[in-house]
Amino acid sequence: MTDTAPDLDRLRGATPPRNHDARTIAALTSNPGCARRGVMDAAGVDKDAVARALGFPAPFGQSQFAITRGNAFEAQVKADGCAELLTLLRDRLGLDVPEVAYDDLEVVAGNEGRELRHSRTRRLLARALESGEGTLFDHPLLRLEIAGCPAYLEPDVIAFQLAGRLHVIEIKSFAVVDGQAEPEQVAAAARQSAVYVLALRRLVAELGHDPARVSHDVFLVCPENFSNRPTATPLDVRPQLAVLERQLARLTRVDALLAELPADLSFEIGGTLAASVRAVEARYSPECLSGCEMALFCRDEARACGATGALGRSVRDDLGGVDTVGTALALADGSLEPSDDLAETAEQLRAAARLRAEALGGALGGALGGAA
Amino acid sequence: MSALSSLARLQAVAAGAAQPLATVRHCHIPDAPLVLVPLKLAGEAAAPLAVMAGSAPDDATLLVVPQPRNRDLRFAFAADLAELVLNHIETSRGEVEELPPGKEGEKRIRYGDAPQLLVPNRGGVAFLRLMGRSTRFRSTDGPYAVDPAVPVLGRWLTWFADRHDHPGSSLLLAMTEALRLHWATGQSSLEDGNLAALMGWIDPPDGMDGPAAAARAEDPVLCPPAGPTTDPTFDNEVLAPAIAAYDRAGRGSRAEERLRSVLAGQLAPTWDLMWRAVGLLRALPEGASVPRRWERDRDAFTHYHQTFGEAYPQARRDPPVRAARRLHDLERAQDAYDAQRAFDDPLVMAEHRLDGRAFGGTVTECDPARLDETGKRPKLRPLLRVGTEDPVRLDAGTTVCNAARPALKGRIVEIGDGSVLLELTGGMGRKLTPEPGAVPRVGDRVCFTSLTEGSFGAAKFPDREDTPWTHGGPPGEYAPTDEDAAEEWS
Repeated sequence: MTDTAPDLDRLRGATPPRNHDARTIAALTSNPGCARRGVMDAAGVDKDAVARALGFPAPFGQSQFAITRGNAFEAQVKADGCAELLTLLRDRLGLDVPEVAYDDLEVVAGNEGRELRHSRTRRLLARALESGEGTLFDHPLLRLEIAGCPAYLEPDVIAFQLAGRLHVIEIKSFAVVDGQAEPEQVAAAARQSAVYVLALRRLVAELGHDPARVSHDVFLVCPENFSNRPTATPLDVRPQLAVLERQLARLTRVDALLAELPADLSFEIGGTLAASVRAVEARYSPECLSGCEMALFCRDEARACGATGALGRSVRDDLGGVDTVGTALALADGSLEPSDDLAETAEQLRAAARLRAEALGGALGGALGGAA
Repeated sequence: MSALSSLARLQAVAAGAAQPLATVRHCHIPDAPLVLVPLKLAGEAAAPLAVMAGSAPDDATLLVVPQPRNRDLRFAFAADLAELVLNHIETSRGEVEELPPGKEGEKRIRYGDAPQLLVPNRGGVAFLRLMGRSTRFRSTDGPYAVDPAVPVLGRWLTWFADRHDHPGSSLLLAMTEALRLHWATGQSSLEDGNLAALMGWIDPPDGMDGPAAAARAEDPVLCPPAGPTTDPTFDNEVLAPAIAAYDRAGRGSRAEERLRSVLAGQLAPTWDLMWRAVGLLRALPEGASVPRRWERDRDAFTHYHQTFGEAYPQARRDPPVRAARRLHDLERAQDAYDAQRAFDDPLVMAEHRLDGRAFGGTVTECDPARLDETGKRPKLRPLLRVGTEDPVRLDAGTTVCNAARPALKGRIVEIGDGSVLLELTGGMGRKLTPEPGAVPRVGDRVCFTSLTEGSFGAAKFPDREDTPWTHGGPPGEYAPTDEDAAEEWS
């Protein structure tokens, strides 16, 4: 990490680094091939500020109603040393939770650095693993190596020790109605929890313990039906863990990406910002819109150069990897001779164009003729 | 998504305007559908905030919950909405048709018409579903009594949401889905979820092209979201202060009037879009099997309406046998719907031609009088050779039918060199010479396909009391409890 760290600091300019949060992690797992996001996240760039400075502010506003509701629910579950949470774990899930201790690892006073907070998390968890002391650890600050750089994660979760094993407890304010919740929200929660499980496992391994002491079963705590009453659901995140581990291993190392970039590149807000951002290649897909602050800028860029990826992955797949709209249309109308590897795609596109023209000509011939 | 619709998207990008994906309308649009544009409070599962509803563009009713966290106001809203929706249901029955009696001689009827609900997007459908779930178990007496119309509304909304899952049903339509069935835009399907952007591509305002109209549609100030989720900035800067002012001033105050007017401001643009979209869909000629599918919808409506009084609210989760039967019904409906759309619409059939499950072209050779005399009795078996450029992926021996007249059936004899040789087997009359006009002639354009409408037979399922032990055995009888009625709705 030491040889890329100075470069990363320069990239960020004068602003302090941002910790990874739920959104960057979601982006990380949904679009691992994007160099632009990779470099900016590794450097801890404030992408929201960058996107705003570029004239493409991210549409990720949060309604105060949603925030109030989320906070109220979390506060309710954690009130009185997590009394309601413990009732849930004991009664609903039938867990044998003996005596209870609650440690909040969030710093209340002062501007303690994240290194210090992380070492506090380490210290407390080390003691817990040695002695079995402590039950609930709120707001741990975790560290995960991403593309060769340490990234700090500030999960809004509780690490829960039970019978020598650690579980992740995630509190979410989306409702579980009759045992069912919105699949996208559950999937997002599972992806996030998997990241935390992985980071906890790495920490446990660093402390000289068996990483399997962090369970792959996480507990999702959500409001039940239309009430504020919490319900807890165990969620097996093994599939998400496997995906995440594979993607992290495959991620292009950030130092390899940096080596390709001009030495004086900086994402400091200013006149050359757009050019700097464009210097790092993006891989835009519409899914970015739900996770990445840079998405609207990248979409504009992708549309301007006629990238088929801007229409969605399925369109891109249907086109057999033809990258631009212009090329695909030229292959379809026969004005472009395909290279050998595109011969099959071109044949299909030409057939599609012929069939569309035939069907539309037959049915709308009169209308089209009239318009012309 | 297929290569054909992907190509349509590319063409839309190049043209700056949406491109047709259908040449006929594949859904039913009655004269007076009930358009519903719901809004909910952010962060809550199904806390209604407002709804704009009505059956004509100039007849919008606005219902508002001035303090969405107040349970009594929510139920008052539910009662008002119930009056509106139930009135629509009762006035959309039409004349009663007498049908021939059933197998056991029972009397069968069918309503001449059925109600239709139109919401802007899938979120609207999900909202109605949850709204139905949160109201259908309510009790009309006891300590948590609600207006008698509330649980009735809940059951009807649940039924509509359930029918929405049914492929080809037009009882509850999400406008974005209905439009996407007929047009391809130059943006991704994710972005098509925004009704204003989608309409921007299909029917942009004067002086704008598709991309410009879609870009405008993404600005929540110019085009408020079509719900049910509101724009967060609107929530923070307009709605929250307006609700707080109402809390201070109370019912009937000017603050309530103001709250209604800001919510109307959020809903009205979507209301107008909905009716413009209805107009666009109405302008398309109706597909040939749309009336048949609407008849199935009318059957379902008649049945539910007739048995409403004897039935309990729909279960929270289907018992195993009902779940299996429902899944089977959905699969059959999907299969029939896919085939019907292809037979109705050459542009949909083109997708199957590209897949190789159908082929079209010109008849190059024809022997209409050929007889097969190998059996005991001679059979009429005309031969037909169709020249085609399509990538046919059917095997010799496959049974196919004529897309224009599915009764005309044939068997593929050989495929090769840009042509398909067919032996016609049925649909030409009962004599040894074909009925006039039944067999295509040399030079005719034809299309044959292996698609069939009823390939999926009905399966048998055990009765409820015979649910096998593998599926938990017979489920217990439902009995309404006080707990249902007391369920919080906060």
